[in-house]
Amino acid sequence: MSVALERTGISEREASTRRHRSMASLAPYLQVLPLLLVFLSFFVVPIAIVVIVSFFDYQTYDILIPDFVFFNYVDVFTANVTWQTYWITFKFCVIVWAITAVLGFTIAYFLAFYIRTLTWQIGLFLLCTIPFWTSNVIRMISWIPLLGRNGVVNSTLMGLGITDQPQEWLLFSEFSVILGFVHLYTLFMIVPIFNSMMRIDKSLIEAAADAGASEWQIIRHVILPLTKPGITIGSIFVITIVMGDFVTVTVLGGGKVASIGKSIATELSYLQFPPAAANAMVLLMIVIMMIVALTRIVDIRKEL
Amino acid sequence: MLAETRPRTFIVLSIVFTLFVLFLYGPIFTIITLSFQGPSGGLVFPMRGVSLHWFGELFKQQSIGDIGGGFNRSIILALIVMVLTVIVSFLAGLAFRKRFFGSTLLFYIVVASLIMPSIVVSLGISAMFELFGLPRNLFSAGIGTHLTWTLPFGLLIMFAVFNRFDPSYEEAARDLGASGVDTVRYIVLPIVAPSLIGVALFGFTLSYDELARSSQALGAKNTLPLELLAMQTNATTPVIYALGTVTTGLSFLIIGSALATVLVLRRRQARKGTDAGKGLV
Repeated sequence: MSVALERTGISEREASTRRHRSMASLAPYLQVLPLLLVFLSFFVVPIAIVVIVSFFDYQTYDILIPDFVFFNYVDVFTANVTWQTYWITFKFCVIVWAITAVLGFTIAYFLAFYIRTLTWQIGLFLLCTIPFWTSNVIRMISWIPLLGRNGVVNSTLMGLGITDQPQEWLLFSEFSVILGFVHLYTLFMIVPIFNSMMRIDKSLIEAAADAGASEWQIIRHVILPLTKPGITIGSIFVITIVMGDFVTVTVLGGGKVASIGKSIATELSYLQFPPAAANAMVLLMIVIMMIVALTRIVDIRKEL
Repeated sequence: MLAETRPRTFIVLSIVFTLFVLFLYGPIFTIITLSFQGPSGGLVFPMRGVSLHWFGELFKQQSIGDIGGGFNRSIILALIVMVLTVIVSFLAGLAFRKRFFGSTLLFYIVVASLIMPSIVVSLGISAMFELFGLPRNLFSAGIGTHLTWTLPFGLLIMFAVFNRFDPSYEEAARDLGASGVDTVRYIVLPIVAPSLIGVALFGFTLSYDELARSSQALGAKNTLPLELLAMQTNATTPVIYALGTVTTGLSFLIIGSALATVLVLRRRQARKGTDAGKGLV
């Protein structure tokens, strides 16, 4: 009798631990469910719809006609405008990437290796990151009184007698678009590169210096290889942002500068979903190829 | 640490850094200054007197754009998105500490959302609402688009937090008989609270300033950044600078209070956390 009771006691406890275990193994699924639902309904399904819609037909009053046609893609690849737009977007991408990488590396290097106390490092780092939390449109607009015809730069140049008429290329030009990109997105390079640099064991640098390496050699052979993951992550950010941008180009290009993102936005403003979707798919393929090439070098998840 | 041995490089790098900070902040201080133009002042220097005229104009009925409405809508949306971002990121952060089926795939989906060109997301969401005949507004498509932008940041912060989280605190709680929920409530949550403030800061400000993703997804009623984008092409008076000053001021206020809260929480943790085991020594 008592043995029997004990038996049931044990089995009950076992059942309870088993129940507990199954609850515990279920917990992560319940915890991740909200995230999953958000990304399924507002990311995965919409992107799938972009793929589907890119094969749709369309008319002026019937903007989405289910079909399986390829002419949206044919249009993308045969239009002269497309090639020009892709060329100019690539150009922006390469120039902005080069500038932000060098600038971001330099700033991060200064913060990580030339600032002595952690408090100052954090303080100066925050100084660089604060603008990230303010409005991008305002930050773009704020270049207009500086670069415009009667702006600060032009009046200074003319005041100093360097030029005798306002320089038109300063604003609403490719120059101002690139300037805007660098202004807004150098931060995306600084943060991951700084993060990588802060993990470098300082004794490695001391050892290199003791062994007689010059500063340039330390950067080239110690710091650069160890910050490659940070540079890669920063590059992914900058490249994807610039490739898909339409806001900076709209505000600082003043209608004179084109980009892929802007041509998609323009098509959407005429409610031409299928051609916009085809254009977006081509853009996406290019961006994915660029990222795959970059991620061959680094495992993002290890870097957090 | 290199500063002592290489003073010349230090000076050069300090100059580069100072110029970079000027480059970052200079333009915004230009428009803050210009927003205090006198009533007859224009969009550029010189200043024709100093006044609050353009701030007054800001709160009058505008001929271009709906500033007041856009502002209200942006604040409400940002608050909702902030709360959702904190809750969803925290829960997902807990989940990702264990291995579960599909965790790697989900992680890559979240990262993909972070680096997906915003215009493509915007296009997809508006096409989805169009295709299913759903009404597009702030609280349907609006919240959804913003979450695809704020949640990746929130989740990555939680990853960074839990990577550095010492699980022995939880083990101790469990050994003392705390339930799973109690452990999260009384042990995990207080420890990660400062980071959740950080997540909230990202959630609010990224939503408040979000533009590219929601551009096609919101329907007729726009948020403030979208109003601004529409306004800036035909802005002829410093009203737009006054608006810039106000939103930048608001951003600084929010960043400042978030940082202050984090500092207070950290200090409290330091004060309350260090007495453990002291009686024994």
